[in-house]
Amino acid sequence: MTATAEQTSTRSTSSKKHGWGHLAVEAAVLAGLLAAPFVLPLISMSMDVMTRSLIWGLFGLGFAILFGFTGLLSLGQAAFYGAGGFLASYLLTNGIIEQTLLALLIGTLAACVLGLAIGLLVERSKGIYFAMITLAFGEMFYHLDYSTLSGYTGGENGLAGVPVPLIGSYTIETSLGMYYFVAVLFFLGYLLARRVVASPVGRMMMAVRDNEERAKATGNATHLYKLVAIVLSAAYGGLAGGLLGIFQNYMPPEAFAFESSAQLLIQTVIGGAGVLLGPLVGASVWLYLHDLLQFNLGLGQSWKLILGVIFVLLITFLPSGLLGEARRLIHWLRARGPADEADDNEAASTVVADAGSWPVDEPTPEYGPVILEARGVSKHFGGLAANSNIDFSVREFELRAVIGPNGAGKSTFFKMMAGVMPPSEGTVHFDGNNITGKGVTRVCQMGMSTSFQINELFDRLTVRENLMIPCLAKARGRFRLDMIRRAERVPELDARIAETLELVNLSHRADTPVSHLAYGEKRRLEIGLALATRPKLLLLDEPLAGMSPEERQNTVRLIKSLRAGRTVIVVEHDMDAVFELADNISVLVEGKILVEGPPDEIRSHPKVQEAYLGGVDA
Amino acid sequence: MLTDLISSLPPWGLVEAQMFNGLQQGMLLALISAGLTIIYGTLGVLNLTHGALYTLGAYAGYVAYQATGSFLTAIAAGALCTLLVGLVLERGIIRYYYNRPDEDQIIVTFGLGIIIVEAIRSYFGGMSRNMPAPDWGQGASQLGFLQYPFPLYKIETIAISAIVLLIFYLVLYRTRLGLVVRAGIEDSGMVSLLGVNVFRAFFVVFAIGAMAAGLAGVINAPITAPTPDGGEKFLVYSFVVVVLGGVGSFPGAVVGGLLAGQIMTLTSLFYPSLSEVMLYVAMALILIFRPRGLFGQAGRT
Repeated sequence: MTATAEQTSTRSTSSKKHGWGHLAVEAAVLAGLLAAPFVLPLISMSMDVMTRSLIWGLFGLGFAILFGFTGLLSLGQAAFYGAGGFLASYLLTNGIIEQTLLALLIGTLAACVLGLAIGLLVERSKGIYFAMITLAFGEMFYHLDYSTLSGYTGGENGLAGVPVPLIGSYTIETSLGMYYFVAVLFFLGYLLARRVVASPVGRMMMAVRDNEERAKATGNATHLYKLVAIVLSAAYGGLAGGLLGIFQNYMPPEAFAFESSAQLLIQTVIGGAGVLLGPLVGASVWLYLHDLLQFNLGLGQSWKLILGVIFVLLITFLPSGLLGEARRLIHWLRARGPADEADDNEAASTVVADAGSWPVDEPTPEYGPVILEARGVSKHFGGLAANSNIDFSVREFELRAVIGPNGAGKSTFFKMMAGVMPPSEGTVHFDGNNITGKGVTRVCQMGMSTSFQINELFDRLTVRENLMIPCLAKARGRFRLDMIRRAERVPELDARIAETLELVNLSHRADTPVSHLAYGEKRRLEIGLALATRPKLLLLDEPLAGMSPEERQNTVRLIKSLRAGRTVIVVEHDMDAVFELADNISVLVEGKILVEGPPDEIRSHPKVQEAYLGGVDA
Repeated sequence: MLTDLISSLPPWGLVEAQMFNGLQQGMLLALISAGLTIIYGTLGVLNLTHGALYTLGAYAGYVAYQATGSFLTAIAAGALCTLLVGLVLERGIIRYYYNRPDEDQIIVTFGLGIIIVEAIRSYFGGMSRNMPAPDWGQGASQLGFLQYPFPLYKIETIAISAIVLLIFYLVLYRTRLGLVVRAGIEDSGMVSLLGVNVFRAFFVVFAIGAMAAGLAGVINAPITAPTPDGGEKFLVYSFVVVVLGGVGSFPGAVVGGLLAGQIMTLTSLFYPSLSEVMLYVAMALILIFRPRGLFGQAGRT
């Protein structure tokens, strides 16, 4: 809540800071929380507002994880806030449980269970669907509160007489004691949220936010990571709801109302959704302004109108929120310093580094057994047969190219091999396993990974952070709940990332955000994302698309170097490159394999010429 | 056993009356949701001001009715006011958000909704306003087949909603503007390349969608007295309707609206307190068994 705490915390997502830096941030936040009751009254912020801000801030830690870090905008968080709050309040008020912390724990766990149930229904959705559905579920609980559950929740009366906190044999009676009680729980919640965000699970959440499809294709079960984010946000909501009831000695039915979800969203956006302390700062600002406008300036009912205008101006001009913009400002100021020159040098050196460093010609290796085999594969879209009855097999260590004129069904074929799309008929076998309909995530985990025609990168992350996603998938499998260790501590992760950076010649750009890369570099990172899982089989969809002639030459050399020790299939338009690269070529025309063979044979094959030139008799 | 069950059922006349109530509410929801869904389908914006625009329409109609005493003027005022506000919102703010993430669009329209609602509250206060039904809507009718007489005005709102929806349909599916709009939904970039100013069509759509909410606000005002927060409920309902019918689908909004109306009124016949909860249960079922909604196209999210 103090300025230092806010600013230092903004560095928390940087991957390089270890040990003391983190402790310093946390110590600063703790100091800020401890000092607030003595400092903030100077700007006439009341103890009531401070404690409320902390409760909203705690609620918001979960929302920041869900919205800011995972990119899922929920409009129904009130369901968790109300459920956890009412259960804890009910247990305490009716003397079923006397210990406050135990009641809070039970309320939190109940909110988690609810989060799991709702999460299972919404895990496949995102964007506006997610927003609409969560809002509807939030409303559902609001109505349940007034109807079916009113025997427990008191319906429109709420639950009055929630006892003061009892911990062991101590009771907390003063408002300062209450503040510190909430502050301690907030701080513990904050520490946990920081661990989660920096953990491999946190990395996966950011990957989902930036590009869920790509996170899936690099071998991560994204829907499960989304579920984790939802359940975590529910836990924070449930705990905050319980604290609300205890703090007010009264659990209001409005906790379940859309207003709760809405206020949480407003405060989080004001403070900055991408920063864990954003919701706390937003809540402090919102509640402080509320008091100031309504009581001190005597604006009565107009206070919310003015805050509404402020809110719209803020999101229009400061889209990352107060803390988020502060962080951007700090980065900008730093970038203007000496670091700037170094950056330019790096950029300049890219061009030089681009030319060369890959071995010129790898000898064609001995092939192994068949590694990928499609049997009778077809794909229909309604009445249109994009692929019909394709038999296709590739042997281990082969470099195969698939070519064909526009509309031949190459992309469809590619997607079925990669597991992105299930075939309508037929089966695909990879490395001795039937992978038909297994989905791209499992296929990737089995050792076949994909690079796409259009760059599918994690745009808000750096090159290193991008590569971390597939490397973590390789190290941890499709899903793992390691929320406490730092992602960087995963064994051998650094070595794997470094190796991939080396392979695609991006070592000197490792800490550059993806948005600052040149097109050719992005293209190489795109291939790097597929390579980082160390696949046995690499599928490349038009790796040369949109490249300049020079970049093409480099990339052709890159692909040649990649084949060492693995099988590669390239779907490509560029005939010269294909003839130079491939051991064998399959020509796909009108959804069928027309001919297959080594480049020389294909080049002079009359059927191929006919297909490409529109027929001899045309 | 069976006779017990039958005797425990409410009498047919009551069921009939509730189904008519459901039809009336359903048409209203269809109208509101059609506005929401065509804005989303065309502009890709989930418009959270929609509830506030409903409220705005109701209050604009109320003011006009107070001033002139004419209900038709009130309807025109409600429609025109929301149409203009829709134009101003789109040109003034929302168009700057087309290139920002979906979430930002949701948040800004949500903020604009707060401003509209709070402006109304500041001016009119928080109490509900009383808007009488028009002269031509007084009394009740059995329409020749109902067992109980049904309020005439409710029957008329069914007709008005149907006419407005029909006009929407004709504009969307039978005019050049509608063609541009529907093509724009598929691929606005391509439509622009063909030399059509697709964004002009888009802001017209935004205004028309806003007007749908406003119209619903006025014609529902004699049934549910306008309050500043009255629109919020309809915003949530229209989300459910749109999820039921399929996001971006005009027929989906109509069928979803009618379905939602029946679910709520028929449930309230048996378990009055659960009538709204059932709506969300229906939505959950749709999500489990047909996630893209009844009329949603596969692959479009």
